[in-house]
Amino acid sequence: MIISVASGKGGTGKTTVSTNLAASLDRELRLLDCDVEEPNVHLFIKPEHQHSSVQTTFVPVIDASRCTGCGECAALCEFNALAVIGKKVLVFPELCHSCLGCQMICPEAAISDGKRELGTIETGTWRHILFSYGRLRVGEAMSPPLISRVQALIQPQELVIVDAPPGTSCPAIAAMKHSDFVLLVTEPTPFGLHDLKLTVEAVRQLGKPCGLVINRADIGNHDVYRYAERESLPILMEIPFQRSIAELYSKGRLLVEESEEWRRSYAQLFDKISAICAAEEVTP
Amino acid sequence: MKELVVISGKGGTGKTSITAAFASLAQNSLLCDSDVDAADLHLLLCPQVREQHDFIGGSKAEIDQQRCTGCGICVERCQFSAISKDFVVDPLECEGCGVCRAFCPDDAITFTPRTCGAWFISDTRFGPMVHARLGIGEENSGKLVSVIRKAARELAEDRGYRLTVTDGPPGIGCPVIAAITGATAVLIVVEPTLSGLHDMERVADLAAHFRIPAMVCINKYDLNRDMTAVIEAQSSRRDLLSVGRIPFDSSFTRAMVEAQTIHEYSPGSDLSKIVESIWHNIMTAECMNKPERHVLPTIR
Repeated sequence: MIISVASGKGGTGKTTVSTNLAASLDRELRLLDCDVEEPNVHLFIKPEHQHSSVQTTFVPVIDASRCTGCGECAALCEFNALAVIGKKVLVFPELCHSCLGCQMICPEAAISDGKRELGTIETGTWRHILFSYGRLRVGEAMSPPLISRVQALIQPQELVIVDAPPGTSCPAIAAMKHSDFVLLVTEPTPFGLHDLKLTVEAVRQLGKPCGLVINRADIGNHDVYRYAERESLPILMEIPFQRSIAELYSKGRLLVEESEEWRRSYAQLFDKISAICAAEEVTP
Repeated sequence: MKELVVISGKGGTGKTSITAAFASLAQNSLLCDSDVDAADLHLLLCPQVREQHDFIGGSKAEIDQQRCTGCGICVERCQFSAISKDFVVDPLECEGCGVCRAFCPDDAITFTPRTCGAWFISDTRFGPMVHARLGIGEENSGKLVSVIRKAARELAEDRGYRLTVTDGPPGIGCPVIAAITGATAVLIVVEPTLSGLHDMERVADLAAHFRIPAMVCINKYDLNRDMTAVIEAQSSRRDLLSVGRIPFDSSFTRAMVEAQTIHEYSPGSDLSKIVESIWHNIMTAECMNKPERHVLPTIR
């Protein structure tokens, strides 16, 4: 079973929920931080035996001795990553989407494989958790390819918890699309509700079951509760705003490590998700 | 024309509430919401839309089942596994590269640009605002950000505005890069948490990578004073100008519920004065007062 933890708005508590949920369970699981632009899970789950692998993607390299400057590659490229100036082909590797079209179309076989670094994938273990996260190279614009590499670590039949990036565009979709259940973390404020509605729409387009965690449940107003009722979205957990919780978070500490009561709440959250997935005929 | 972009790396640190507060303080300025993916500034500024434009993003492939002979070349060539065995394109997987169309021997693949969102020029009680809405699950958020920043620049030049205040997106990827390149300066809004510090460092690296001067403001600083001290030390080590600290105050949330800026919700309060002094520090900062660079047009 794959559970992704998502939210439209940033800073609502995705990482809090995914780390505490993972830490509260007493079974082996895989935890993936797919917020590759700003990964934070490793600040809470500090893995041992960590190893790092550099991830690269294809970019074209032009062999000037073979290139005739015919311009077929530049004409095919939808991303303006190749331009012909006179008889010379210029490459803008940061614009390349690695479709290999230029290499396929070149009549002179003048395009060979180059590389652009996407970032790294860091992997390690922490107690019962096999943890990996992607770390986008600063300056790299495209996060979905690295998110897909992190997701490719998933093995069949595993229990997986995915911390997704904020938003509703391609990075968030890339992180949610393989999941069996999407846990949406929101806060009861106008910004939280507005962005939640967008995310619910995205989740419904993907056809995934979902449920809500309402964080800082006592701030803002009640509109999110009315929305949840109207849309039949189950509220699976509420976390009050407490300075002590905020302080623990600020220090990179897990709530379930400090409080047996919260450990039980998170374990119950998992049971509720499992029940929903069972009803949707997904094997936990 | 100067452009200040408010970013944070980490989401939810208070970018939008602070940008809205600046909107009510800035004179002769124009507003831009470049968080096109989950835009929220309009919830506080209630813009009256004056102009609406379609955003034409990338193309997606579609296979004409009448013409398709099932040769399988497209499936073989697609690097994104976007075409199923029965030759249907999954629009979520399609990267829009056009390789399938280029190699289809039966000319069975169409590839047309699609409307993936909309952008608007609006009026607000604090002046004009340029903003956008990207369709759910769409790509090309960076391209849409570039479109609205260009529109904001043109509008500012047309109407003689001297400053654009832009609410930026979270993260460090394509929309953020599109939002900050060529800006006069960025303000990084940080919260005093381990995550906030970590994410600030990455977004500060990004600003440095594009040679954009960065300033730092710590929001909810009293939630962890030790971390606030660490962040300020890091800022000075990195030559980032610290422009101020904002205490944790639920007035920001209450103002948001009322669709007001902090200065409308609690005028003359200590909190409003703190935000005013931060605005003053930004506007008098050296990086905001350099002679304007003549930016060369980007080669497309």
